[in-house]
Amino acid sequence: MITAAPPLLAIEGLRMRYPGGDEALRGVDLEVSEGEFVSVIGSSGAGKSTLIRCINGLVTATGGSCRLEGRQILGLSGRELRLLRRRIGMIFQAHALVDRLTVMENLLSGRLGYTGFWRSALRRFPPGDVAAAFQLLERVGLAGFHDRRADRLSGGQRQRVGIARALMQRPALLLVDEPTASLDPETARRVMTLLRELAREHGLSVLANLHDVGLARSFSDRIIGLRHGEVVFHGKPAELDDEALGVVYGTEAFSVA
Amino acid sequence: MAENGTDSRPAPAPAGAYPRHWRRPPAIQSALARRLLAAGLVGYLVFAFLNIEIDVPRLLQGLPRGLDFLRAFVWPDFTSRGGDIFRGVMESLAMTLVATVIGALLSLPLALGAAGNFAPRPVYHACRAIIALGRTFPEVMIAIFFVVMFGFGPLAGVITLVVATIGFLGKLIAEDIEACSMAPIEAMRATGATLPQILVYGLVPQILPRILGLSLYRLDINFRESAIIGVVGAGGIGATLSTTFDRYEFSSAAAILVVIIVIVLLTEHASGIVRRRLL
Ligand SMILES: Nc1ncnc2c1ncn2[C@@H]1O[C@H](COP(=O)(O)OP(=O)(O)O)[C@@H](O)[C@H]1O
Ligand SMILES: [Mg+2]
Repeated sequence: MITAAPPLLAIEGLRMRYPGGDEALRGVDLEVSEGEFVSVIGSSGAGKSTLIRCINGLVTATGGSCRLEGRQILGLSGRELRLLRRRIGMIFQAHALVDRLTVMENLLSGRLGYTGFWRSALRRFPPGDVAAAFQLLERVGLAGFHDRRADRLSGGQRQRVGIARALMQRPALLLVDEPTASLDPETARRVMTLLRELAREHGLSVLANLHDVGLARSFSDRIIGLRHGEVVFHGKPAELDDEALGVVYGTEAFSVA
Repeated sequence: MAENGTDSRPAPAPAGAYPRHWRRPPAIQSALARRLLAAGLVGYLVFAFLNIEIDVPRLLQGLPRGLDFLRAFVWPDFTSRGGDIFRGVMESLAMTLVATVIGALLSLPLALGAAGNFAPRPVYHACRAIIALGRTFPEVMIAIFFVVMFGFGPLAGVITLVVATIGFLGKLIAEDIEACSMAPIEAMRATGATLPQILVYGLVPQILPRILGLSLYRLDINFRESAIIGVVGAGGIGATLSTTFDRYEFSSAAAILVVIIVIVLLTEHASGIVRRRLL
């Protein structure tokens, strides 16, 4: 008998309530298949960051289910949670690099989950990891930058390092939280193009929060619209018309235009 | 007239009746309360001055001795007690270095525990309490306590300086940890790193220059303190200084003070250079 392979990531009825706060997620359902690029759009405060933070346990969901490669990942803790996180690369806004470390150290920090404490503290990473870092650095267009301190890079360069760091983990899934915030439109587009290409080359699935609808339209296979912690849109980029945008962002915002 | 710079005319008055005067609102709203507070403050100052008993005959008596002391500074005597001074300085330097290194190392875990963004509540309160305790008492009092406990000598001095260093560095480093950016730390957590790895990669680079800078700063404070606590029996150059005073050997005392001043200036200068390099 042939059964369809389970989606890489399957989220059902995901709920999240911050201590002493409102519900940031109220029953979110979502699937990401192997190799798929899914964007999440929504106004500030809609729950986009909370959604992807729940997936790798940076915040603890208060209800629902979340499976990676068929395995329940909510409720993991300690060593199990760390092993899970190695499978999930995360790309943050550009300021999430460690400023005072070199580009090479930032890249190698992607291997921390695979490296013992003393080896990592003394910067004695396995030769394979070092070679992979040099290769990735060249691939993201930063060959020769390995000894540069991260705070001496431009916004676009920093985000390339952020992408390379996540890929150093050799993850199955990439979680991306507003990678282009604080970048100019041209740089943002280049960073997204690079991200999209690298995801294809490595056969990675991507779940990306994007605040820019234009970017979400041009780079995604599928778009999820989130509003007040609920999925209010779900479809292909072409299906995201003005009416759908009105639902996601509130009609007020578009009635003016 | 040129558009920028030289035009000193006031802004044209807008039409309509806008207020033309504005004052910053006072911190205390009620004028009566303000006056009472000011009157109370002045009254207390006058009262306090009247309470300092100035004993004129005693002042006149002490004047020649004070002059003797000042005169000794013109010819400080480095030689009669040269050996004692050298041993005292060496002991103080050793006390200072050992105490600063031990204190800095101990203050790190304490500072982490006292940082609200890392420590759970109970740990946070415990560590803050320890730090507060270390900062409450002046070094001289702590020194007297440890001299009573461990007897005269540099051991009591070292322990005193360690306690003071922990209080000082613990508080300042905890505040640096609280002020550091959480984004890189969260990024390290997301890689599957263990807590020690997260600290080494995400936190330490953010605070290391300040840790080193503050430790160097504490190093020259500790040297000065070692001279003071020596007077109550905690070893070092302070003990030598105390002896010379007891024997009215003002020229030797002056020599010791000159040595202390020179060393403090040197360490301050050196630590200033190093700190500037670090940042
Ligand atoms: N650490 C937190 N503690 C309490 N409430 C939070 C926290 N982080 C986010 N929230 C709340 O959860 C909701 C969703 O926030 P977030 O996921 O950051 O939205 P988005 O990323 O779409 O802007 C908001 O109402 C926000 O105020
Ligand atoms: Mg967000």
